[in-house]
Amino acid sequence: MIDPILSIEGLSVEFGASRVVDNLSYSVEAGRTLAIVGESGSGKSVTALSIMRLADMAGARFAGGKILFQSSNGPVDLLALSQDQMRSIRGKEIAMIFQEPMTSLNPVFSIGDQISEALILHERLTGAQALEAAAELLAKVRLPDPKGQLKRYPHQLSGGMRQRVMIAMALACKPKLLIADEPTTALDVTIQAQILAILRDLQKEFGIGVIFITHDMGVVAEMADDVVVMRNGRKVEEGDVRTIFAKPVQPYTKALLAAVPKLGAMQGKDLPLRTPLTAATDDGVTTAAEEERIQDTAREDAAPLLEVRDLVVRFDVKRGLFGGVSHRVHAVEKVGFTIYPGETLALVGESGSGKSTIGRTIQQLQAATSGTISFRGRQLTDLNKAERHALRQKIQYIFQDPFESLDPRKTAGFSIAEPILTHRLMSAADAKRKVHELLERVGLTAAHAGRYPHEFSGGQRQRVCIARALACDPELIVADESLSALDVSIQAQIINLMMDLQAERGLAYLFISHDMAVVEKISHRVAVLYLGQIVELGRRRQVFETPAHSYTKRLLSAVPVADPTVRRDTPVPTGEIPSPLRPVGDEPAIVTMSEIEAGHFVAG
Amino acid sequence: MANATTSGRLNRFKAMEFVVGILLFGTICLAVLFAPLLFPDGGTKIDLAARLTAPFQSFAHVLGTDPLGRDVLARVVTGGKVSLVVGFASVVGSIFVGVAMGLVAGYYRGAWDALLMRFVDVQLALPFILLAITFFAILGGSLINTIVLLIVSQCVQYARLVRGSVLSLREREFILSARAIGVADRNIILRHLLPNLLGPVIVLATLNFANNILLESSLTFLGLGVDPTIPSWGGMLADARTYLQTAWWVSVFPGLAILLTVLGLNLLGDWLRDSLDPTGRTSR
Repeated sequence: MIDPILSIEGLSVEFGASRVVDNLSYSVEAGRTLAIVGESGSGKSVTALSIMRLADMAGARFAGGKILFQSSNGPVDLLALSQDQMRSIRGKEIAMIFQEPMTSLNPVFSIGDQISEALILHERLTGAQALEAAAELLAKVRLPDPKGQLKRYPHQLSGGMRQRVMIAMALACKPKLLIADEPTTALDVTIQAQILAILRDLQKEFGIGVIFITHDMGVVAEMADDVVVMRNGRKVEEGDVRTIFAKPVQPYTKALLAAVPKLGAMQGKDLPLRTPLTAATDDGVTTAAEEERIQDTAREDAAPLLEVRDLVVRFDVKRGLFGGVSHRVHAVEKVGFTIYPGETLALVGESGSGKSTIGRTIQQLQAATSGTISFRGRQLTDLNKAERHALRQKIQYIFQDPFESLDPRKTAGFSIAEPILTHRLMSAADAKRKVHELLERVGLTAAHAGRYPHEFSGGQRQRVCIARALACDPELIVADESLSALDVSIQAQIINLMMDLQAERGLAYLFISHDMAVVEKISHRVAVLYLGQIVELGRRRQVFETPAHSYTKRLLSAVPVADPTVRRDTPVPTGEIPSPLRPVGDEPAIVTMSEIEAGHFVAG
Repeated sequence: MANATTSGRLNRFKAMEFVVGILLFGTICLAVLFAPLLFPDGGTKIDLAARLTAPFQSFAHVLGTDPLGRDVLARVVTGGKVSLVVGFASVVGSIFVGVAMGLVAGYYRGAWDALLMRFVDVQLALPFILLAITFFAILGGSLINTIVLLIVSQCVQYARLVRGSVLSLREREFILSARAIGVADRNIILRHLLPNLLGPVIVLATLNFANNILLESSLTFLGLGVDPTIPSWGGMLADARTYLQTAWWVSVFPGLAILLTVLGLNLLGDWLRDSLDPTGRTSR
């Protein structure tokens, strides 16, 4: 057994009087990856910030414990160091990568300047030497044309490229320990796969210890050697990654693993399945006393609820002195699909694929450039103003971020009643009763009506948003990444709630998501979008089990599998997601779809 | 994750803010309101024999007298009327005009935005004194005209501030979600946008209140605006400047009156802003 580079012993961290990390111990060895998993509020990020001693600035107090680090000058207790002494360790011996690559680079400095900053500071290189070293680092993180990248600015790079720059910066001074805090959460799956592969290779090359903080069990299975499971600031379980996944001991770990949607879990089933929830209690895992129910709600014999034909949405980009249109973003190009009552159609694709734009156009938040959208057989363009207004009652939208989509200054009750009162569906007193009913329906209580958004947890807020969407009895709900911001256990609850409501009310969903595993669980049919066009459309089983388009295959193979025994050895996809921005006059080629099987259309 | 002790301390601090604010501001307002009863002569009685009496020497002139032997206390209390009326009316007026302009410009963008913002640019580029001289030359000086001038010149500050906030707020998802539901523009503006941008407006308003009391005095000093024979805090400060070294009380007491009024208003403004913000509330 090698000496660990970092060992935490009995660490407790307090903010004011609340203890956010309680008696936590773990250690990291050189060349190994320790994954720290847990849901929001489990204290996993606070631990990382405590190691960096950045938590001090947020007002943390270290109530006890030690963080022993094997620095190049011998072992030190990081908690005993002054901030001045920490500065020579931070960046040089311990480096950190953050979640949001969009905001962790300084927009006014070039990439080269930002990487060489640490080299000049810690390694005492000259400017020219530092730039050369920076170019080498960029080559290591596999950025094309590293020398050319040095002169570029953050806004000229995509999210994945920025995260690679962040990794290059972190590795600049050859640290012994790298802390990665949710480094791929904000990225698309194919880009995530690339970043994970780079991190793995660099770790092998440099022999560094890595602390990998994540909530994604798939990423854990792919990256980790050891796992620490945290909950409410305490360590629940720790062990070798295979043991944790194969034989979890603690009920919480079991529940966490059970809640993870697994790609391929629905193999061989034609229709979505509502599965009972598993929850951790003190004496083990309980599976809720509910039966499995096949979600047989789609009424394809009925007239289509929503029909989209040849939808095109373009945004003009004005550049130059006189503001002439020089480029256009081709967000949506000739997209067509139908949704039947009671059906869930999933739109999947990566960023820039136009999936949210389609949702917004249907909800009349965005004007279409051309094409038709008809609801119950009537074209949107034929409707007068009052009818269009009434349509906003029949189609509801649930946004991605439950923290953002509720007015912070209005109570939950007001937000839920607002659609009812806006469409004058009932009197204020009746609306109040209805609000209470809705709150109870989505698993909250009537007393929650008087609370403000910040007084709810993320999952509760999304329930409020769902209650709001249900308030005026819609027939179609557009759910735009509505589950992406939630923890897996909460996600599982909301999926079940959405499926129950569908069974009860015959709701149709347009489910916009990038998470293939969730899509597999919930949808009847799937449309895969690439650069604003549908490249594959079919029943869920057809698309997931016999994907025909190369992009669909790529997308599916990039999803991390929550099973450490099946690590991918296949080469990860390379290359960036192309941009839908094109010069004026350079129209994209429209793909033609052919039916390869009943109901299964593929671009070819 | 506020815990019991800090939030308790915070709440007590908030309550203190309110109590001190209301005491300061309330006392001054009451005194000014009942000034005609307290000092029927309105501090105009000239007593040359008692000129430049130091304060705290006699019961007749508790805060001393000015170079003409007029009672400083009486003048401070009486002069509050003009100062408070100008301060209040100009700030409230600017808020109404400016916030409405900012909301319309920021929410609807396009032609309205261009038109209103060019007006703002012109207004900010025009020197205040030049505007004031022209304004009073045409319309003549009076209390009302002073207030109108201050509103015209200051509403643009609110318009800019509000427009900026609206531009970022209107892209937030809760505004988008209100639009998705079909809420009318008027209701989005009044129910969702307005409450979310009141905080900075209140801060700007408390700052401007003090500023306007002093601006009124500058105008009076230049012979523009309010009739200089009517006492006002700013006017008293201007008159007393030559006696600053020999008779400090003539300038200090009106200055103190402005300071305490503004302090009280600032405390009240802070308290109002925090109590309008539900996220600041620790328990319900």
